[in-house]
Amino acid sequence: MYTLFKIELYKIFKRPRTYIAFIAITALIGIIQLGLKVDGKEYISFVLGDLSNTLQINGNLCNGYFVCYCILQLLLVHVPLLIALIAADMISGEANMGTLRLLLSKPISRSEVIIGKFLAASVYTIFLLIWLAFLALIVSIFIFGTDDIFLIKNNYAVQIAANDIMWRYAGAFIFAALAMLTVTALAFFLSVFAENSIGPIVATISIIIFFTIFSTMSIPLFNKIKPFLFTTHMVAWKEFFDVKVDENNISIAGSIYRPDKIIYSAMVLIIHIVTLVSISIYALKKKDILS
Amino acid sequence: MKQKIVLIITLCTSSFFIQAQDVNDLIDKVKQKMDLVNSYSVEAKMKTSVAFIKAPIGKVKIYFKKPDQIKLFKEKGISILPKGGVSVNFFTILNNSNLSIIDAGTTTVNGTSTRIVKLLPLSETSEIIISTLYIDEKNLLIRKSSTTTRENGSFEMEMFYGELQNFGLPSKMVFSFNVKDYKIPKGVTLDIDDDLSKEEKKKFQNKKGKIEFNYSNYIINKGIPNNIF
Repeated sequence: MYTLFKIELYKIFKRPRTYIAFIAITALIGIIQLGLKVDGKEYISFVLGDLSNTLQINGNLCNGYFVCYCILQLLLVHVPLLIALIAADMISGEANMGTLRLLLSKPISRSEVIIGKFLAASVYTIFLLIWLAFLALIVSIFIFGTDDIFLIKNNYAVQIAANDIMWRYAGAFIFAALAMLTVTALAFFLSVFAENSIGPIVATISIIIFFTIFSTMSIPLFNKIKPFLFTTHMVAWKEFFDVKVDENNISIAGSIYRPDKIIYSAMVLIIHIVTLVSISIYALKKKDILS
Repeated sequence: MKQKIVLIITLCTSSFFIQAQDVNDLIDKVKQKMDLVNSYSVEAKMKTSVAFIKAPIGKVKIYFKKPDQIKLFKEKGISILPKGGVSVNFFTILNNSNLSIIDAGTTTVNGTSTRIVKLLPLSETSEIIISTLYIDEKNLLIRKSSTTTRENGSFEMEMFYGELQNFGLPSKMVFSFNVKDYKIPKGVTLDIDDDLSKEEKKKFQNKKGKIEFNYSNYIINKGIPNNIF
């Protein structure tokens, strides 16, 4: 299986399509960073809204940590679309080229084929996320410097000291990796049932858009189904950027306001990954290869 | 009858002038005490307690130079302060010669008997509309103040004194102010869920804010370069 994994990795990184996602992320982050570098103060005053009428908030508000948070908020909704380009092609691409039959005739079980290919797609996903983390966090720190992070939530604002942020980003990126692997698993799962890659790519993108709309809209009917949608749990990385307070309303360094929410969402995502990969194995085992 | 009326009027007006004179003397004495300080710098631990802001304790440095230069620095990190509030200080208020001083009786502040003095700047352009001082007559210390400003609302300051009470410099100050309600469209926060309980939401809607400064390491009358301000 390890040989298959290495071959699949080689195939992924040999294709020019793979680098579209890296280029797209670089361009998008570059544009956001340029915009915030030029007009960061205006953006901050827009974000602060009414708060700046009453309070004077001094410091480097538009710092690297804040910029990274903004980028993650915007891009973690769109990166799944880039992941789908590769993951949804893993099995269907082979079927389309007629190489799936040849591959499955080799002395390797179908389960190992699925796991090997899924692991290769996962490595691509993780690489994409590391690239995103490098650009969004490290490059932003280099351009914008560091300071405390001041975030506006729906009902309140949170200030986190600069020396209490890095571990939160580490946690957030690990969580984001889980979220992106769920997308990989979904695209991979759909890929098993298709004979060409267009179908599963479009289907994955459609599901994500559809579920994200359900998750975002605060309509009572949708609220009932929200907990069952993986897109609702994909944004739980933000919980790393909320803190507990003591009896004097002073934030407690190193704390997370609702760690249970992170654990619950992580469990939901892991269950999604395991279930989707298991069904993919089962489906491929039962599949009659006609291509 | 006429004589009685004249006597009552005379007594009333004379007692008013005596009291007014007392209050002016009191203010002068407080001013004299404050005049001992030409400049100071002090380190402070700043606790921001605004219901809808979760903030850590910050370390700040405050510089003051007569007559009215004051600057607050947070060497690292973000500082949250009530708008305009920090620039208002007693040196500025008391050194205003165009001021009407009214005696408003006595009261007790944190167990200390104080005289209530209302200060009304007569200038129409003054940022301060009215300031009420609660002065500890025995020690010539301002224990509490309540100020209404033209642009930045009202705020209260409570002072607690330690070693430097001879200079009228507090060891702790609690700054209370009103915070307007604020609402942010979800498009800005991009937060999908809003699953806070009603109690939590109610807590965040409290409009009272408080900032506590615990002062340490005062450096008095050693001069402060102008470029700091």
